[in-house]
Amino acid sequence: MSVLWVLVGFSVVVAAGFLVAFIWAVRAGQYDDKYTPSVRILFEEEHKTSTFGEPPKNNPEGTTQNGDGNNTVRQQGRT
Amino acid sequence: MEMVTIRYDNRVVRNFAVATMLWGAVGMLVGVLIALEMFEPAVNARLQFLTFGRLRPLHTNAVIFAFVGNGIFTGLYYSLQRLCKSRMFSDVLSKIHFWGWQAIIVAAAITLPLGMTTGKEYAELEWPIDIAITLIWVVLAINVFGTVIRRRERHIYVAIWFYIATLVTVAVLHIVNSIELPVSLLKSYPVYAGVQDALVQWWYGHNAVAFFLTTPYLGLMYYFLPKAANRPVYSYRLSIIHFWSLIFLYIWAGPHHLLYTALPDWAQSLGTVFSIMLLAPSWGGAINGLLTLRGAWDRVREDAVLKFMAVAITAYGMATFEGPLLSLKNVNAISHYTDWTISHVHVGALGWNGFLTFGILYWLVPRMWGTTLYSKKMANLHFWVGTLGIVVYASSMYWAGITQSLMWKQFTAFGVLQYPNFLETVTQIIPFYIIRALGGSLYLIGALVMIYNLVRTARQGKLAAEEEVQVPARWDEAPHVRENRHRWLEKRPIQFALVATGAILIGGMVELIPTFLVATNIPTIASVKPYTPLELEGRDIYVREGCYTCHSQMIRPFRSETERYGEYSKAGEFVYDHPFQWGSKRTGPDLHRVGGKFPNFWHFMHMDDPRSVSPGSIMPAYPWLFTQDFDTAIIARKIRAMQTLGVPYPKEYDRQALTDMKAQAEGIAADLQKQNAPADPSKEIIALIAYLQRLGTDIAVPQQ
Repeated sequence: MSVLWVLVGFSVVVAAGFLVAFIWAVRAGQYDDKYTPSVRILFEEEHKTSTFGEPPKNNPEGTTQNGDGNNTVRQQGRT
Repeated sequence: MEMVTIRYDNRVVRNFAVATMLWGAVGMLVGVLIALEMFEPAVNARLQFLTFGRLRPLHTNAVIFAFVGNGIFTGLYYSLQRLCKSRMFSDVLSKIHFWGWQAIIVAAAITLPLGMTTGKEYAELEWPIDIAITLIWVVLAINVFGTVIRRRERHIYVAIWFYIATLVTVAVLHIVNSIELPVSLLKSYPVYAGVQDALVQWWYGHNAVAFFLTTPYLGLMYYFLPKAANRPVYSYRLSIIHFWSLIFLYIWAGPHHLLYTALPDWAQSLGTVFSIMLLAPSWGGAINGLLTLRGAWDRVREDAVLKFMAVAITAYGMATFEGPLLSLKNVNAISHYTDWTISHVHVGALGWNGFLTFGILYWLVPRMWGTTLYSKKMANLHFWVGTLGIVVYASSMYWAGITQSLMWKQFTAFGVLQYPNFLETVTQIIPFYIIRALGGSLYLIGALVMIYNLVRTARQGKLAAEEEVQVPARWDEAPHVRENRHRWLEKRPIQFALVATGAILIGGMVELIPTFLVATNIPTIASVKPYTPLELEGRDIYVREGCYTCHSQMIRPFRSETERYGEYSKAGEFVYDHPFQWGSKRTGPDLHRVGGKFPNFWHFMHMDDPRSVSPGSIMPAYPWLFTQDFDTAIIARKIRAMQTLGVPYPKEYDRQALTDMKAQAEGIAADLQKQNAPADPSKEIIALIAYLQRLGTDIAVPQQ
């Protein structure tokens, strides 16, 4: 079972790497705000400049085109 | 805020999306083909390239690494750019990654039917392809990390953490499990043997499930589900907690694939304990996903994208509940080697991976092509046909698995096996194999409907290949953040150091201490000797034909198994097995003690036409073994490779090997000719018979 040396070695290295990453994330303030990031991703198309035109105005959700693929994109025309 | 205009690369997303659909259809089609072979062995048309043993690795590799793999990359390339507010780090690397990955898939699709395989499940690809995978994976990693480093959004969204965990861990798993010694361009032996090889393989195998089929898809879920539902994830805090706990727990769960095998007991228990603990973080993700839909269920009723995602997450929840359940030894005793496992993995693959992929594609294609979905009706049809397919598939395989297992274990009142003939337990479940093929076909039809629908969707729009957006030039770091993070560290240097060291040491010690007792872990058995050159060659044929996909070589210490097969398998019996061939499924009986059980002539007849000696058998015929000569050219090299790996052949035995090989073949052929069998001593069948007759005979246990 000497192969366990290999597995343990690699597993511990990976786990230690993740631990460092976790500690970094906490130290870097990544988790200071545990709410905004979840909302922010919904608003990323606000500054779209081309391609699909302006954000839709008649979206019932009141946000940008985050619909289900059958939203209003088509009505705005394409470039 | 200072803004810059950048462009997202949608072309690479498009490429991966097309590849996902193409390879998905291919992988599922191969799946249906081998499902047919499970009840109608003639489907392979007596062609060696189409047998179950060779196509099953192609099916698993195609759906895991080609369909799901390309699905991961589709979603990753789309979401990462947007989450980082940055174009991919390098267009060149994106292209190399895309074409490199497709080339690897094509190489797999050619080599596996040709029988070029390492014989290790989910890692069958031979060493040159293994190297290519490593290189392409590094290309992807550089591209992703480069993008993350150049991000314009300070916060690293949880999906990116899942991607990072995937990149790092898959690289480590792949490299450790693929350490092999090449003997020719397309043949290699793993450096590990027997029980060690098994442990490494399932450490890899389970983590392939964890870090290829789970973590990246959770990442995709955390991006695409909120986007499609247009509401934030239910609990961002929960997503963080379950991410970190999931990745720390997953890596130790592998041994649950080896319960009741010759793996040391403590290692089995360790796998069980971690598998049960995994329930918490897994369900953390599933619950978080489902609760994200809270308040949007009216839209789930309407929207095919959300329907697919809701079923995907439900399937994830079910599969991750079942996983810990199957890791309990008492449940595993019933489920292992049966179709229950097949059902379990397909709930995960068809439900979780497949349906999430479909949901993402239905959401992505209309957006990238600036149009609406061609047909909502078709999407809904796909949803229902696919769901029905999963239900039919899973329920038939549960039924088959439990039925067969109970038959294997059934004793009569007189204490003898009620179904001593293994074949009886196979013919009993053939109706379920037919139903399973039907379920799989439904699922494939659904996928084909999707492909048509999405092609039509793309045709009516135009790909926004370079999507232009305005993003902040850099993230503005508020001064208090910097202060905060310093304060956090300054306050807790000692606690921090202790926790870090403790976490590493606990994990290390748990597995390290027992290794000081190495000698007791594998009792060496003096009577176990290396294979003869002919047996070694026969073993390579056994590996090539993928016999391990239907036959185990691991008799568990149950009375029902020792009665049926003979003495249970000992770790020390496998010390010269590069690779181990314990298998994970008994479509046919266990073969570990098959040596000496039947005369050579029986094997000769059986391999030529299994139904001539076992009426009703679903094993394919292997006529090519009777026309192809076994390889005599590289046997010396194989012996030298084995010596390098520590197999104690006498010094310079490689020079003697060919003579011994031919002598043994002559002997077997002569025995066969006595029965009037047209046996030619140079044919592969002779080598295979030599291997089969050797199996499990080294420890002489008196027949009861």
